[in-house]
Amino acid sequence: MTGSSGLRTDARRTAWLLAPALAWMGLFFVLPLMVVFLISFATRSAYGGVEWAFTPANYRDLADPLYLRIYLRSCVMALATTGVCLVLGFPLAYHMARAPARWQGIWLVLVLIPFWTNFLVRTYAWMNLLRADGLLNTALIGAGVMRAPVEILYSDLAVLIGLVYGYLPFMVLPLYAAIERLDRSLLEAARDLYAPGWAVFTRVIVPLTKPGIIAGCLLVFIPSLGAYITPDLLGGARSMMIGNFIQHEYLVVRDWPLGSAASFVLMAIVVAGLWGYQRAGGVRA
Amino acid sequence: MGFRISHYHQITKSPKHAWLAAVLCVASLLACQPAPEDGRKPAPKAGQATLYYFTWSDYVGPELLEEFERQTGAKVVVDTFSSNEELLAKLQSGASGYDVIVPSDFMVAVMMKQGLLAELDPAKIPNAQQLVGALATLPVDPEHRFSVPYLWGTVGIGYDSSVIPTPPDSWAVLWDKRYEGKISMLNDQREVFGAVLRLMGQSMNSRDPAVIEAAKARLLEQKPLVKTYTSDHFDQLLASGEVVLAHGWGGPVARAMALKPSIKYIVPKEGATIWADCLVIPRTSRNKELAMQFINYLMDRDVAARTSERLLFASASRGAMALVAAGVQNNPAVYPDEAALGHLEWMLDVGDALRSYDRGWTELKMK
Repeated sequence: MTGSSGLRTDARRTAWLLAPALAWMGLFFVLPLMVVFLISFATRSAYGGVEWAFTPANYRDLADPLYLRIYLRSCVMALATTGVCLVLGFPLAYHMARAPARWQGIWLVLVLIPFWTNFLVRTYAWMNLLRADGLLNTALIGAGVMRAPVEILYSDLAVLIGLVYGYLPFMVLPLYAAIERLDRSLLEAARDLYAPGWAVFTRVIVPLTKPGIIAGCLLVFIPSLGAYITPDLLGGARSMMIGNFIQHEYLVVRDWPLGSAASFVLMAIVVAGLWGYQRAGGVRA
Repeated sequence: MGFRISHYHQITKSPKHAWLAAVLCVASLLACQPAPEDGRKPAPKAGQATLYYFTWSDYVGPELLEEFERQTGAKVVVDTFSSNEELLAKLQSGASGYDVIVPSDFMVAVMMKQGLLAELDPAKIPNAQQLVGALATLPVDPEHRFSVPYLWGTVGIGYDSSVIPTPPDSWAVLWDKRYEGKISMLNDQREVFGAVLRLMGQSMNSRDPAVIEAAKARLLEQKPLVKTYTSDHFDQLLASGEVVLAHGWGGPVARAMALKPSIKYIVPKEGATIWADCLVIPRTSRNKELAMQFINYLMDRDVAARTSERLLFASASRGAMALVAAGVQNNPAVYPDEAALGHLEWMLDVGDALRSYDRGWTELKMK
């Protein structure tokens, strides 16, 4: 298409094709987000209503070391989850991508099957696996590996296990896509040039699959940062992550303004992280 | 992102995989949707009067609803919620169309203050005139202008008498180091603070920051002994022996007794919370006449007695007392005895002191 009229029709068609998605996002994402943003500057009225005051007080309150500790804890848990998912997910994705085509389909099904069941139900299933008289302990004791049951449920370890379990597919799928596109001849070339296995991995595979690694890490880090069912059920609500704090403020204390401010600080953390990464020259692909 | 790329890739490579991937994709999306509310019935026929009842899950016998439908020719559509907060949030966000809802006493107060409730006509609900003594005047709505107490109970301690042979009589047992890791507390800031405030000889509705601070210190002391803070499944923990002491509502403890007969329930001597779930009509109801008829039906002594036996919560209807089976009536987890009735306390709004409770609760969780 070379003529200016052709360009115009093209632009118009693009606009029409984008319109439904943009309208949807504007109406159901941007608009509610703006409302939450406005509420974050309001105050809580006596019976849990929202009073329009336009004060930064909620954000000031959040600077409290107590609340900062909740953010820090959430970030640490989310980072740990991302790290474990990457370590577990990469070899799995590599294996899947290198398997014969017929097997790739089966592996994909196996990775996706857990999504067929509600996350809450699966979390309850984990409670049964991890409890003192649960399957894991019974099996380990039965096999003579240990004598007394280990108490895993209601601990940070249980939360970590639950989060890794929940978000592992989000790591595996983008990694699989990236590794599958990897040109095999480049690996052979590296070998031909006497690169040892480790060097092939760090200097060829990792750089070439970096977009997949980044996508996977983001897809795991962001939702685990806001997790709240897992810390409540597997952690026994003995501690809080930001998700629990926001839910608590919104529903129990009915302090929507503080809850909204906490949500925006959470979003700011994520956006700042992405922006910092982009500045460092990260997301190219 | 990578997700979509992978499926696109599959399509270009092998049509069989593309089909499979698409099915998987749709299936995963469907699995993420919340499950349909249980108990929801098919849409009623046009022209038939319909009552929309919004209640706790498993809070009404289906046969009782069918009886009401037969008596009145109306259709009852049930929808369920799992917490007072969820109920309020739905009502506040403008969800209308419900005719009868069942908030707990403290939530009735909030809803009244926010003008969400319709005034009742006592003449249309004669069965609400005969209430048991403890509920005849509800502090939040003493004249029952907006609410009719329906089911009620206490918040006490369920314990396993095969492990704790001498029956405890005080909240102090929840601080007993011998039961470290075998204690569950409600995941509810006001109730958990309530337990320690009563132990300290204070009201659970204290607004004194110094008192709340002292209570928090006691809770921090207790935290190492607590296995979990849960409001949902302490009865299962008790029945499976994972905890031997559970802070919680009597009803679930009574249900745990059926699974494990050594489970017992006490209302501590320092006093405990009394609560009532109340039948109210939202202001937005389009069928208030039918709604009052329904409330009157649920408060009928026979219907109320059957409900009480089924759910193992006490009925507010005085007439029902005579009909409830002795085994249920003598169960202190369901019907508190005379001695307990003397020192029960309602949970009231604490105004700005809620911030102190909230802060203390967050500190407890983050230590």
